[in-house]
Amino acid sequence: MSEKKRRIISVDYLARVEGEGALYIQMNGSTLEEVQLKIFEPPRFFEAFLRGRDYREAPDITSRICGICPIAYQMGAVQAMEAILGLEVPEPLRSLRRLIYCGEWIESHVLHIYMLHAPDFLGFPDAVALAKVAPEAVKRGLRLKKIGNTLMTLLGGREIHPINLQVGGFYRLPEKTELLALKPELEWAREAAIETLRWVAGFEFPAFEREYEYVALKHPSEYAIHEGRLVSNLGLDIPISEYERHFEEEHVARSTALHSIHTGHGAYFVGPMARYNLNFEQLSPSVKALAEEVGIAEHCHNPFKSILVRSLETLYALEEALRLIELYQKPDTAFVSGPLKAGKGHGCTEAPRGICYHRYEIDANGLILNAKIVPPTSQNQKTIEADLRHLLPLYLDKADPELQHLCEQAIRNYDPCISCSTHFLKLEVARA
Amino acid sequence: MLKPLLVLGIGNGFRKDDGLGPAIIKLLQRSDLQGVELQTQSGEGSSLMAAWQGHEQVVLVDAVCSGALPGTVFELEASEQVIPSRFFHYSTHAFSVAEAIEMAKALGELPQALTLFGIEGADFGSGTGLSPIVTAALPELLLRIHNRYPAYFQIFQGEIPHA
Repeated sequence: MSEKKRRIISVDYLARVEGEGALYIQMNGSTLEEVQLKIFEPPRFFEAFLRGRDYREAPDITSRICGICPIAYQMGAVQAMEAILGLEVPEPLRSLRRLIYCGEWIESHVLHIYMLHAPDFLGFPDAVALAKVAPEAVKRGLRLKKIGNTLMTLLGGREIHPINLQVGGFYRLPEKTELLALKPELEWAREAAIETLRWVAGFEFPAFEREYEYVALKHPSEYAIHEGRLVSNLGLDIPISEYERHFEEEHVARSTALHSIHTGHGAYFVGPMARYNLNFEQLSPSVKALAEEVGIAEHCHNPFKSILVRSLETLYALEEALRLIELYQKPDTAFVSGPLKAGKGHGCTEAPRGICYHRYEIDANGLILNAKIVPPTSQNQKTIEADLRHLLPLYLDKADPELQHLCEQAIRNYDPCISCSTHFLKLEVARA
Repeated sequence: MLKPLLVLGIGNGFRKDDGLGPAIIKLLQRSDLQGVELQTQSGEGSSLMAAWQGHEQVVLVDAVCSGALPGTVFELEASEQVIPSRFFHYSTHAFSVAEAIEMAKALGELPQALTLFGIEGADFGSGTGLSPIVTAALPELLLRIHNRYPAYFQIFQGEIPHA
């Protein structure tokens, strides 16, 4: 055997991701021997401790899975319970849910664009270093994020782990005047989101595209956020109640988060790029025009450009928020209810990072018999590893530090939320 | 007339010693303090920056998880020191107390005086109430706050209220 050079790239604690994970890459000459995204944050057993709890507690327990995307967990839980009880959540409660979800998309996307991902493209170790040379951009990002938090606080009771969603609706409804008071800041934010898009469009993107199976919700009349059927670009089209017939979870030793696969197909891609590629037509005319301006009209298959897609989705969420606020009329009741019954129900919404699936079974007393929650990051794990396997051979001439940075950036393309995935990154690259 | 002093108590009252910040706010609310504004905060970075915007003097109280002996009382001047990012036990979320302070410095938005007070926690498990060792350190913490901003806490006159 010829003398090949073994290289190991190893990152113990991945920075600028939510939670604790690591990366280990081992190469022998130009042969890639190992690519492991390791997730070692302790598993949190949420599904186990939901058992035996009252069905009404599920949204407040599951909201604790994540401080960045609690609404995704609350909404999946309440939808599943509403499906069991046969409750239809009427307008304007349905739209209010979409509005609070817009708040979550805004705060989560803006955090990722400015604090976690932009420093990668501009060669800074973190957002603080970026702030020293581009203070105006960072100030814009912080103010933009704040409007997302403000929406969450107004509709959710507080910005982190909101407490105002319940099965059937809300606890307290906002006054129209409280919502209208947000309009001036939302209008500023809409312009700031356009500036954000033009700012990130100036970044240099590694040339990298491959074929993916994108999976996202699809709704007949709107860009899906909190309702829809599950579709993919490879022909999947199912109601969410059939999720478990088409997707399975498997345990791999390197991760405390289960890996998901589309049965018979393998790895798939969830999140902003999946939504964008599947539902582009349903974005607003202004978002579509800007997509064309930055060169990703209709499709985007380069995950490094997900920062553009997140910026477009931020703009869309702000436009939606303004639209929903205009339409809002406070109803007489904050929630709907119905007789308790035993059954099984499903919920699935588009968390900022992709689809978040829930299934619960409750007994005639309303106690939870079992629960299953599949967060977006665990579904993307296999695709992230596959991206690295495709990316590394293209950049073997790079020195270890540059290669390591490129790998970390490729992981951050997915805005992984490890805390969610374990319902909890670290990078090792080994070159032999 | 005194310049207003903003006291921000950071933490989660349902994670035992992480509830230090809110516990201090509750305790100070019982005293009739003049010129002091009290606020509880979750520790989310952008909200913290918004909370102290426009304030010249800020006291920040938070539980510390640094590996020091539980019950150790800390006092840091934000303008003089770099705040280590893993110092405050909040979460692994990427933008929290330390990052908010360092970001405010980079943006030139740090209040003229921002003093952090903390106690090394012993127990960050689920549940309410501070551990005995942190409770025992409260008088020293309050005394340090008093000594740093004596004009606002004269009411204590050496008598530190009990938690």
